[in-house]
Amino acid sequence: MDSDLSSQDRKDLDKFIKFFALKTVQIIVQARLGEKISTCSSSSPTGSDWFNLAIKDIPEVTHESKKALAGQLPGIGRSMCVEISLKTSEGDSMELETWCLEMNEKCDKDIKVSYTVYNRLSLLLKSLLAITRVTPAYKLSRKQGHDYVILYRIYFGDVQLTGLGEGFQSVRVGVVGTPIGTITLSCAYRTNLALMSSRQFERTGPIMGIIIDHFVERPFTNMAHMHPCSYRTPGEDEGGTYAGIEDSQEVCTTSFSTSPPSQCVCTVSQAHFKTPKPALMATLKVPLMGLGVSQQLYSSRLSYQTPALGTVDLCHPTAFTAGAHPHQMVVPGKEGGVPQVPAQPNHGTAAEHCRIPSCPNGQSPQPAQPTSCSSEVKTVFCDALETTFTRKVGAFVNKATTQVTTTSLDLPFAAFTPRANDLEVNDPMVHPPPSPAPSSPLQGSLHSNSSSHSGGQPQDDFVMVDFKPAFSKDDLLPMDLGTFYREFQNPPQLASLSIDVSAQSMAEDLDSLPEKLAIYEKNIDEFDAFVDTLQ
Amino acid sequence: MNCRSEVLEVSVEGRQVEEAMLAVLHTILLHRSTGKFHYKKEGTYSIGTVGTQDVDCDFIDFTFVRVSSDELDRVIRKAVAEFKDALGNSGSDGMGQISLEFYQKKKSRWPFSDECIPWEVWSIKVNVVNLANEQERQICREKVGEKLGEKVINIVEVINRHDYLPKMPTQSEVDNVFDTSLKDVQPYLYKITYQITDSLGTSVSTTMRRLIKDTLAL
Repeated sequence: MDSDLSSQDRKDLDKFIKFFALKTVQIIVQARLGEKISTCSSSSPTGSDWFNLAIKDIPEVTHESKKALAGQLPGIGRSMCVEISLKTSEGDSMELETWCLEMNEKCDKDIKVSYTVYNRLSLLLKSLLAITRVTPAYKLSRKQGHDYVILYRIYFGDVQLTGLGEGFQSVRVGVVGTPIGTITLSCAYRTNLALMSSRQFERTGPIMGIIIDHFVERPFTNMAHMHPCSYRTPGEDEGGTYAGIEDSQEVCTTSFSTSPPSQCVCTVSQAHFKTPKPALMATLKVPLMGLGVSQQLYSSRLSYQTPALGTVDLCHPTAFTAGAHPHQMVVPGKEGGVPQVPAQPNHGTAAEHCRIPSCPNGQSPQPAQPTSCSSEVKTVFCDALETTFTRKVGAFVNKATTQVTTTSLDLPFAAFTPRANDLEVNDPMVHPPPSPAPSSPLQGSLHSNSSSHSGGQPQDDFVMVDFKPAFSKDDLLPMDLGTFYREFQNPPQLASLSIDVSAQSMAEDLDSLPEKLAIYEKNIDEFDAFVDTLQ
Repeated sequence: MNCRSEVLEVSVEGRQVEEAMLAVLHTILLHRSTGKFHYKKEGTYSIGTVGTQDVDCDFIDFTFVRVSSDELDRVIRKAVAEFKDALGNSGSDGMGQISLEFYQKKKSRWPFSDECIPWEVWSIKVNVVNLANEQERQICREKVGEKLGEKVINIVEVINRHDYLPKMPTQSEVDNVFDTSLKDVQPYLYKITYQITDSLGTSVSTTMRRLIKDTLAL
């Protein structure tokens, strides 16, 4: 079969297939980021745009793709699949679609590799761009955010469609015949979008009586092991861990000949832009058959900023800021830099998040944890039976925060209930520190109410706190919000609207009409000028 | 060589006509445009890069991908706007057809003018419906979005059959195959025409034919 194919053609074909696979994953993942994608056309070929298409390379995605391929290429019996799934904030997940890049044995021996195959692969990528916006997952991904996020997983080997539920549909993006087989790109997508909770996420009681962290940036703060796939501009991350395709050893500068097709000339030049990092090489060398790696895609505001138009403008990479999350992906339970992954891509656990070491030597920044995310979260919860937390005092009390420890966390706001060993006597909420004469009614009223308790019984069951809503005080009108509201609830009617008054003034109005008309006629120019300004 | 002809039909509300046509035409042109050719010595050439852009529709629940070329977008929008105006002014019950034809030029000897030989024609039949209330409009938004998705899948299916495409031309013949007037991309030579049908289903006697690429006016 390969005897008809020259070695140069074979090398070129392998390269085309490899970069085609990488670009396919980029297109699919970028289409599920939740933002509009925009790239610029360029009349001058740059040499780094494979298939003459401007498709930006997200380094993490390239890294994951290369890891999944592990030095192999999609081939007959070895399909590359990208699985897109949805995960809610409550932990329920659902597979939405699976994109498959497969190859079958049907060969097209007469086809020209460097010319026809290349152009058809380019056409297939354009079709993929169009189709990725058409499947139901696209609309879902555009609306991802606090309620749910979209995840992707790349795996190699047999296609798994069982997670798509009953009645899933298939759409074929396209086929390209090559001398070594026919490449097929297709998508199987779920049609039944009813979310079924596959596991019961055990709800524990409130751990912290008071939520200290008001400004939660990420919706999944409890799932500390899941990190967004942050998109960094080249050169901004730590030492360039991920080498993008542009930095790889091969650059495509394809020239075509206008001579008769049989004399097609294709030159694919090699250029070394950067020495590949040791981390990347080490990763590629690890034999990882059937590796299933999950990653999490976040909406744009979490991973990278978008310009005001709301479009991810990849023409201007400087518009991106580095992701706020320097977290890398770390494989749980990792020891010595070798990720522990199941031999077969496992549906249930592969959707759990995996992490990749940020340091080349693979020193795990955290102790070994169980592989499943749910048990990891539970560990956090169980350990918090006795916890120390800081209570923030009100804005108007000038005392440092106190540390309160409580062993019972069953009641919310348990810390505020007075106890025998409570520090209520020193509690600034109840007994404010003695202050000088109040400079404003605001401060005075606060203290006056509190001071009424200073001589009171510290052992009271209830703490009387007068309702003093913030910013409701007015120096000019010293009354509280409730009084103000009651007083102005029934305002008197406007004088001009009362009938008696208008009846009385009718006669007066008629008498004054001639005078008014005279004045208006005198000022007629002024009125005309005003009318002109309105037009 | 026979001209390949494909027909697509859509039923849309009046305000959706423009976006629906843009979505279909741009999807076709995305596949029928390449980067700019740069011819070098010894008869070789290199190809520029084509960028793409997502476009959200305002009146349809749909997003389509177009080539990143403002010039091309302007030309297509102008043609679609003319079609939409013609559809609105025709007084018929809102049926029309817009055609995107890809052709090759064949040089003829003087005094004969160049021949235009179409090799692929896409016809999009439009049926404009009137809706009574907002609820129907909302349903229409989603339904038309789904229909357009099906049309995109149809287009992709046809294109990936890899049927006849003109041979890559030499430098002297590139203008017979490609439209080289744009500065950032290079679509195959194309023209957009439209017809408005009256309520009897036949072409209006004064068929309005506007040629965007008027090759006969040489």
